[in-house]
Amino acid sequence: MRQGFTCLLNNSMAEIKLLKGNEAIAHAAIRYGADGYFGYPITPQSEIMETLMDEQPWETTGMVVLQAESEVAAINMVYGGAACGKRVLTSSSSPGISLKQEGISYLAGTELPALIVNVMRGGPGLGTIQPSQADYFQAVKGGGHGDYRVITLAPASVQEMADYVALGFDLAFKYRNPAMILADGVIGQLMEKVELAPQKLRRTEAEIRKECPWAALGRPAGRQPNIHTSLELDSTVWEQYNIRFQAKYKAIEANEVRYEELYCDDAGYLIVAFGAAARISQKVVEIARKEGIKVGLFRPITLWPYPSKRLNSYKNKVKSILTVELNAGQMVEDVKLAVDCQIPVTYFGRMGGIIPTPQEVYNALKKIVNP
Amino acid sequence: METIIKPENIVYGKPRLINNNPMHYCPGCSHGVVHNLVASVIDEMGLAEKTIGIAPVGCAVFAYKYLDIDWIEAAHGRAPAVATAVKRLNPDKMVFTYQGDGDLAAIGTGETIHACNRGENIVIVYVNNAIYGMTGGQMSPTTLVDMKTATCPYGRNVALNGYPLKITELLVPLEGTCLVAREAVHNVAAIKKAKKMLRKAFENAMAGKGTSIIEFVATCSAGWKMSAGQANNWMVENLFPAYPLGVLKDRV
Repeated sequence: MRQGFTCLLNNSMAEIKLLKGNEAIAHAAIRYGADGYFGYPITPQSEIMETLMDEQPWETTGMVVLQAESEVAAINMVYGGAACGKRVLTSSSSPGISLKQEGISYLAGTELPALIVNVMRGGPGLGTIQPSQADYFQAVKGGGHGDYRVITLAPASVQEMADYVALGFDLAFKYRNPAMILADGVIGQLMEKVELAPQKLRRTEAEIRKECPWAALGRPAGRQPNIHTSLELDSTVWEQYNIRFQAKYKAIEANEVRYEELYCDDAGYLIVAFGAAARISQKVVEIARKEGIKVGLFRPITLWPYPSKRLNSYKNKVKSILTVELNAGQMVEDVKLAVDCQIPVTYFGRMGGIIPTPQEVYNALKKIVNP
Repeated sequence: METIIKPENIVYGKPRLINNNPMHYCPGCSHGVVHNLVASVIDEMGLAEKTIGIAPVGCAVFAYKYLDIDWIEAAHGRAPAVATAVKRLNPDKMVFTYQGDGDLAAIGTGETIHACNRGENIVIVYVNNAIYGMTGGQMSPTTLVDMKTATCPYGRNVALNGYPLKITELLVPLEGTCLVAREAVHNVAAIKKAKKMLRKAFENAMAGKGTSIIEFVATCSAGWKMSAGQANNWMVENLFPAYPLGVLKDRV
């Protein structure tokens, strides 16, 4: 059953299903040909591992699914799998993602590709199990120690939950860097129609050795040992590593920015929001347009690299920007930086697991339109 | 002299997998000998191309510099979790961790117990010298009562620090472990015996029989502030009574 080429694949066609965002992650991972999932239960994302265990992909594609003893163990399992060139992922929610930060820093320091899913809940501390976007800073500014970046994708629909599994893996392997799907509890629990991609075959060991010559899969005679470590006592050497990491991050910033624009062409005002906040804001934009307010929605899809250049182009076109976030105002700082603080940027949001109504956001928009 | 040094006259050689990098280990430290045994067993079993080692944080943090196999450097204490994934994703490979007492019995206690309890088909090489060597000789979970270290300068006080942790004994009742043994490398007889046990552990892992853990009661001459000879004697007189050598469990 190993390596997935002879097995019974009843997922060989694309398929349309009604799924929760969390379930979509699980199905998408199997269909992408992921090699392993390692996780620990935490609300509101436990359906990811539950779905995987229910699907039993080890019987079909050969994918390993393991419930670890902790989030710390799970991220270190991911680290081990990534070092072998395998496509491995873990998922958790905010407190569990905090526990994983050391491992994410190690992944960045050893330049290993892996996918981490955070279905955010309200913090700080144990917080609440209700949806939140309060881990924005942690995700995009480097939540662990050291100068590093994590490619951060923010889905706003169940379809994007599925699609960004593939995108996250692709980017992680392209740049040998950890990637994160930063979803919120709304997108994790929301049920929507989703088109799942056809089943991809898992790569054989020979294919992995070819695609990932750095993989620790055993050293054939004649090759130097593949050693994955982020330890270097000679600072002059380690600075060179850091310079290389930063150059890679610059390349990602240059090549991988993604965003969506709705009604932005003629907009006099802009709402900037991601994830569930963008879904609410889309409704607000539609209401406002009916009321004659020319407002557009700018939705960053990559939270890092942030679409700063594109946002900057609006500073001479719109009068003012409102950021809508399920937190105390985190992304608003990046929006202000993006427009060089040259136009007013206002934040509106709710905290602690409260989801604002479109009416509340509309009221906040009205305040910036008629100050 | 030159006439004596011929390949046919050499009775002792460096294992093929040990390279020429100068080792950072202190004179009198047990790590070099344990490295030698690990390298010999891997080579003699023909596993050099199939083995992935998981290095710890601690004195053996640079183990990957000396054995010419593929290595993954784990975060402090997490080697058994890393090894779990490597082995499950590559069931045909030989996967082992190499860990010290601080790594395995303090910060990594959870990962150690759960990997053993799941019966991961890996070998855990556990080197116990009752001290944190790399960071300059602080108290470890296995430091003896009244033993002096940098963080218990007046001796380990049970009221303050608890008791020496016999973690190897804790692994015996776990259903997942198939071989639990305690060895040492202080003389030739012990080295020969230890090598046999290590080979058995590696065979268990390849045969899918569960987790094997081989503890090496070891010296830390620098941390104990002793000469190599003194350290060996002190180990025999003090550590062996607390950590008696022998097979604690052999289910195979």
